[in-house]
Amino acid sequence: MSGRSKLQQVLENGGFAVTCEIGPPKGAAVDALREKVRFVRDYVHAANVTDCQTAVVRLSSIAAAVHLQGEGVEAVAQMTCRDRNRIAMQSDLLGAYSLGIRNLLCLTGDHQRFGNHPQARNVFDLDSVQLVDMVRAMQDEGVFQCGEPIRAGVPQFFLGAVENPFADPFEYRVLRLEKKINAGARFIQTQSVFDLERFRRFMELVRAKNLHRRCYILPGVSPVRSVRAVEYMRDRVPGITIPDQIVQRMRSAADPAQEGVEIGLELIAGLREIEGVAGIHIMAIAWEQVIPELVERAGLMRSGYPHIHKK
Amino acid sequence: MIVAEQKPFKEIVECLRGKYDLLIVPCMSCTAVCFAGGSQQGEELASALRIHCKMHGDGLNCTVRSLNRQCDPEFIEELAEEAAKADSILSLACGVGVQFLAERYPDKAVIPALNTRFAGGKTAPGIWEERCSLCGNCVLHVTGGICPITRCAKGLLNGPCGGSEQGVCEIDPDVPCAWQMIIDRMSTLGRLDELLAIQRPKDWSTGNAGGLRRLVREDLRG
Amino acid sequence: MTKKYPLRIVAFTCFNCAYAAADLAGSMRLSYHPAVSIVGIPCTGAVEPAVILNAFEQGVDGVFVAGCLDGECHYKTGNLHARERVRQLRGDLERIGLEPERLEMYQLSAAMGSRFAELVNEFVERIYGLGPSPVRPGLDCGERKK
Repeated sequence: MSGRSKLQQVLENGGFAVTCEIGPPKGAAVDALREKVRFVRDYVHAANVTDCQTAVVRLSSIAAAVHLQGEGVEAVAQMTCRDRNRIAMQSDLLGAYSLGIRNLLCLTGDHQRFGNHPQARNVFDLDSVQLVDMVRAMQDEGVFQCGEPIRAGVPQFFLGAVENPFADPFEYRVLRLEKKINAGARFIQTQSVFDLERFRRFMELVRAKNLHRRCYILPGVSPVRSVRAVEYMRDRVPGITIPDQIVQRMRSAADPAQEGVEIGLELIAGLREIEGVAGIHIMAIAWEQVIPELVERAGLMRSGYPHIHKK
Repeated sequence: MIVAEQKPFKEIVECLRGKYDLLIVPCMSCTAVCFAGGSQQGEELASALRIHCKMHGDGLNCTVRSLNRQCDPEFIEELAEEAAKADSILSLACGVGVQFLAERYPDKAVIPALNTRFAGGKTAPGIWEERCSLCGNCVLHVTGGICPITRCAKGLLNGPCGGSEQGVCEIDPDVPCAWQMIIDRMSTLGRLDELLAIQRPKDWSTGNAGGLRRLVREDLRG
Repeated sequence: MTKKYPLRIVAFTCFNCAYAAADLAGSMRLSYHPAVSIVGIPCTGAVEPAVILNAFEQGVDGVFVAGCLDGECHYKTGNLHARERVRQLRGDLERIGLEPERLEMYQLSAAMGSRFAELVNEFVERIYGLGPSPVRPGLDCGERKK
């Protein structure tokens, strides 16, 4: 069970990667999850599974990732720093690797206040930078965080992190990105882009420090389905900025869902033109069904590189 | 200093059910400074309790005796005579004082009148804010004098997180993002590039997750 | 139901304004209820909550604090502090179980003799309405308002 993950291969061969995000169920039944996977597997190189996103309890990311791979799509497991200490993190990562998981995304994690268990104690034993660094040391140096050698099998993940070009302070975001790359991040998925102009400025700063050559950057795209969805994202999801213009378009559209797809396509087209963008990460929350249409109409099926994972 | 606030009156009354001879012990240190447990508050509380108990026919004898501090056995010893006459002691000190009293007078019901909140200081008249988590491993020299453990909701050492927006923490619009403040401060000091260095995982064992903490100074053991 | 009963009211009045007004009421031969014990103090800002609570503890049926009008306090802001303290103390009385209306703050000038007599009578009527203080055991109080 060694070798590069498919996502890693696509990116290293110069292809334009397409990943998507799948939210695990709020329960132990995985039929719907498997259904979602079957729907998208021919259209993405890998699919992320979130880790109790917005601090709401869902089936664990690692377990869901294993289910995903069982359905024929490569998974990107996500791990936040909110709920686990370094002991549980390392333990879970060894387990994930042993079960065939090959991609890992490290995040800080939304504060528990946003979720359905606001009275829970948070952990944050490590922050996301320290987590990336710890995993890098596990795989490059073969040691646990305490320095002890790993003698029974060293995991090798394609290691990623997130950055949010729309959070403040703007200029510092690039420094933080550099920190994560220094810590060992090989790919970055960003929070959903709605403000192309701001993202272009971000990429300018990224290219000025040559960070795009050290790390693959996949900006996030979230097609919005309704006015309520776009307002919810703007007001209740931390770290998302949505220009009024887009909210207006959704409000005045005859068919908001269709408008959401059009906006998504425009964003994808705009992103592809930016130097340093190595792919896109589609987050179609509660709307995974739109992914095939989005990928096809964006012309990402005809890029002429190994794309569809055929069983 | 330690910042505390008085428990709701009803809660204190409930604790005193069945008690008739109460010794109220204000503290003249931290809790006096934040107007929760000083002599004045002690006298007011004594009066209020007597009024309440007269109204409900129970009757309550209240004696008020302030101590400089309740975190030192020397001062607590001064109460011996009054404590002997009481069946209960209401402490207006922080949790430390309440426990020291209870240890010295184990046959009395020792009741906390306050909820001890945090280690902090006054930011405006009538407003106190937490500033120190007592982690035992101070990094203030690295972050320009702003504590990320206490003031960042996630205690990040390599912040900010993706939820920082316009200098405000994602958990509360009234809470400034600690890392925004640290970045601003370090910029002012011309030391922003220092933040590129990766801060290693914290040693939490010096904090209260490591169990009861004790400090021994051999040079002061007499 | 305003049944009359032996009444005890304490009034804290500042020398510069309220006490002078009370004095003037006397000179004007105005009539006000005799059960009010008037305590003269330099400024209402000096009245501590503990003193007021003490009065209620001893079974006093009503307490009022009378000071200068806004902007006329001889000590600048003593009357404002007193007003705020009275406001907070009324909240405390409620938490303890006493009617907050038993405590009041009035503001008037030294020239307002008739106003002084008027406010005393107003306050007395209010206290009769509330009934005797529940903190006074062992006294024949007639009908007590719960």
